[in-house]
Amino acid sequence: MSTLVEELINTYSKLETPAYTAKDFSSGSEVRWCPGCGDYSILAQTQRIMPDLGIPRHNIVFVSGIGCSSRFPYYVQTYGIHGIHGRATAIASGVKIARPDLSVWVATGDGDGLSIGGNHLIHLLRRNLDINVLVFNNQIYGLTKGQYSPTSLKGQITKSTPYGSIDYPFHPVVLALGSSATFVARSMDRDPKHIQVVLKRAHEHKGTSFVEIYQNCNVFNDGAFFLFTEKETKDDNVVFIEHGKPLVFGKDRDKGIRLNGFQPEVVSLKDGKYSVNDLLVHNEQDTTLSFILADMTYKPNLPRPFGIFLAIDRPTYEDEMVRQIEAAVTSEGLGDLGELLNSGDTWTIK
Amino acid sequence: MPEKSVQSVEEVTIRFAGDSGDGMQLTGSQFANATAILGNDLSTLPDYPAEIRAPAGTLSGVSGFQVHFGSREINTPGDLCDVLVAMNAAALKVNLPNLVDGGTIVANTDGFSEKNLKLAGYDTNPLEDGSLSKFRIHAVDITKLTAFALEDLNLSPKIIDRSKNFFALGLMFWMYNRPMEPSVDWIEKKFSGKDEIREANLRVLRAGWNYGETTELFTVRYEVAPAKLKPGKYRNITGNEATALGLLTAARRARLDLFLGSYPITPASEILHELSSYKAHGVKTFQAEDEIAGIASAVGASFAGALATTTTSGPGLSLKTEAMGLAVMLELPLVIVDVQRAGPSTGLPTKTEQADLLQSFFGRNGEAPLPILAAATPSDCFDIAFEASRIALKYMTPVVMLSDGYLGQGSEPWLIPDFKALPDIAPRFRTESEGFFPYLRDEKTLARPWAIPGTPGLEHRIGGLEKQHIKGMVSHDPNNHDMMVRLRAEKIDRIVNDIPLAEIEGTPDADLVVLGWGSTYGAIRSAVTRHLERGSKVAHLHLRYLNPMPANVGDLLKKYKSILVPEINLGQLSKIIRMKFLLPTIEFNRVRGLPIRAIEIENKITEILKG
Ligand code: SF4
Repeated sequence: MSTLVEELINTYSKLETPAYTAKDFSSGSEVRWCPGCGDYSILAQTQRIMPDLGIPRHNIVFVSGIGCSSRFPYYVQTYGIHGIHGRATAIASGVKIARPDLSVWVATGDGDGLSIGGNHLIHLLRRNLDINVLVFNNQIYGLTKGQYSPTSLKGQITKSTPYGSIDYPFHPVVLALGSSATFVARSMDRDPKHIQVVLKRAHEHKGTSFVEIYQNCNVFNDGAFFLFTEKETKDDNVVFIEHGKPLVFGKDRDKGIRLNGFQPEVVSLKDGKYSVNDLLVHNEQDTTLSFILADMTYKPNLPRPFGIFLAIDRPTYEDEMVRQIEAAVTSEGLGDLGELLNSGDTWTIK
Repeated sequence: MPEKSVQSVEEVTIRFAGDSGDGMQLTGSQFANATAILGNDLSTLPDYPAEIRAPAGTLSGVSGFQVHFGSREINTPGDLCDVLVAMNAAALKVNLPNLVDGGTIVANTDGFSEKNLKLAGYDTNPLEDGSLSKFRIHAVDITKLTAFALEDLNLSPKIIDRSKNFFALGLMFWMYNRPMEPSVDWIEKKFSGKDEIREANLRVLRAGWNYGETTELFTVRYEVAPAKLKPGKYRNITGNEATALGLLTAARRARLDLFLGSYPITPASEILHELSSYKAHGVKTFQAEDEIAGIASAVGASFAGALATTTTSGPGLSLKTEAMGLAVMLELPLVIVDVQRAGPSTGLPTKTEQADLLQSFFGRNGEAPLPILAAATPSDCFDIAFEASRIALKYMTPVVMLSDGYLGQGSEPWLIPDFKALPDIAPRFRTESEGFFPYLRDEKTLARPWAIPGTPGLEHRIGGLEKQHIKGMVSHDPNNHDMMVRLRAEKIDRIVNDIPLAEIEGTPDADLVVLGWGSTYGAIRSAVTRHLERGSKVAHLHLRYLNPMPANVGDLLKKYKSILVPEINLGQLSKIIRMKFLLPTIEFNRVRGLPIRAIEIENKITEILKG
């Protein structure tokens, strides 16, 4: 006997996906972030790529926890749950396990996702459910008005660290890689094109996609990422990593990253000593390399990598579950409830 | 062969006790199965230590399993035991206070070595020093007899030692004239492929039986006639098994997939184990990283259209608190099963208690009412799990189902229901987009529509922030909040119209009513029955619906001069009764991690009736 949900899916799966525009993904709710907040760009890019996914709106679910970033679902014209602090990934896991047919997205932040929700995040990553997790990293608590977060830098002065933070920060990309994530990327609010590319790839990836997005909180932590996002400094401080391509950067594209043993180092392509052929070539499928690249993040004298660190295939949790259920049905036959109720040692009273 | 006399008895309680490594749980449940098949009514209670392997021979390592069976109605696992099977000195020491005067002790003498005696804190051997003169002692060297039986098999001492519990089982089978076939079948199946162990256990089981038959030590056998149970097909079932089956049956009758998000915790884990084995029934079980993820995933699954449930015990319920509030706010169906254990904090993990009632009522921030149901017996867990699911789906609300360690692990015969005759509880997913608003309520039930992802045109967002009435958008309007708080409460209150009235058992013109809830049912019923048999005027009212309570509870209670409320807590239901009905109650509280004994309630009733 089919379930009500199966019937519902069957009924509507015959519908053709409409030709959407970005506007079709705006819920019409008034967006309430501070003017100038980096969240606006992330929302806009998300709405922009949605029509390209080829999925009807009604098959998409956005889930969030608590924080500025977590208001996200209210603004997207799909199904959505604004959950409780830190639990977005756990709620989304339930949605995806119950309904593998849905496209599930999580909008979270450095507080929601990495502090109170850190445990759920790492377990989602190792289980590899096909969920796209967007971590808006602004290195501060915005909604509670300016306390330090688990990604705030050591020494950072905030409302709760007037003498400077003594916490050593989390490194989200390394954390994700260390949790056996199968897709790990980094992007930034001020580079719309880059976010779009990364989000589309995240969607295409079958498995948990972890996307760290540097997001400027212009009210409580303005300029935290300016070194990487502003025209004057970006070119010399950012290296975009692309699969199969050498790591070249700099305003005149005259610098590159070379591996010296396991250590990445900056080399000049101008002085004739090194050419592009000597540079490190990115390979998204190389887990070892992903760690080396991720480790560049807090190293002085190295540009910060943006792009897709890792994209590998591993069976998803929900597929494994379906496979196990199907295998059980094949070997035991479709469960017969009457038989189950009557199993074990039974006896009859006349 | 020595002459054996046969005595007929109405009811017997046997307690199997030994080291936690001695297999006493298995021995006890095997005995219970054979007893059930014979048609006796019965009730069982495992009593085991929290440590998986406490040091051998110590008092803290004693594990017990009590079986109470009879030809009359059996409501409890028995207050005191008539027979104590003690595999070592520690088991005797721990359980002796539970043995009736004149009771029988079957002791494995090998477990009374000098070392055993010392570990148990005995200066002299109680089997020999006359201190047990008021009991009938059968001292049997079970270990040695087991080894004899296996002499020619060349087995390792470990295997020999591991099978000695089957000697005790065989002996008890003989003594109470139980069929051995179910256990023989069980051994054949369990140890198929492990020929040595299978053969050893079978031989030892028979050796135990034959020992009773041939030795002159035992002169009496007992007969317990079948009980008068309702006709039908029965099986023996624990509360946790019944809960799992109740949830699955509810999902089937609702035509939904069953989703369980859970985290292992004693004594609720068996529900997770059971449901995990129902793969061929399409059940999806998710062992989450913690209790919070357990319920949070269930909330997600519910949003997506599953019959969602989460199972836990006290400390886990504390952790789920915030997510329960979220489910109240989202108004999504969810069944939260709490198999209560002794608290606070970690408390006594393997011991039973009823102290999460107030937490279920009030343990959330804000005004967050939800329905609360409590199972009265192990098999009642099936009905309550089904009913909790029905209410959750119909009223779009989280529901708490209270069970406890005793119900969850205790067992009794269960008249297997015809699931096709159970009510159709299929929800109606909203599909029409015309006039759809996420918080537009059903006029009668006040339930909001369930519009699941995958339905075109009904895309909507819900969350933990307060909603605007009807439209469901975020609203900070003070009057709207006031209205929504009242609407959510009113929705739960209205469930009263959809549940059966409470019924009194006992004499209608009684002065005293004993009011209970949950697992005290059996003890109260036994106590009240004994009083009724003696002509006392006493009545019993047992609540399975705690919130809302059946409409007639207040009026019923007002009829009695005294209300006695026995609870395994410090008066939690009493507080609710006083608060709701302004009625005085007489509390009777025992918080020992064990079921309240029928005799204690019986004595309390006597005391009150004397005035
Ligand atoms: S507080 Fe910061 S992160 Fe939050 S909305 Fe304002 S600018 Fe954005």
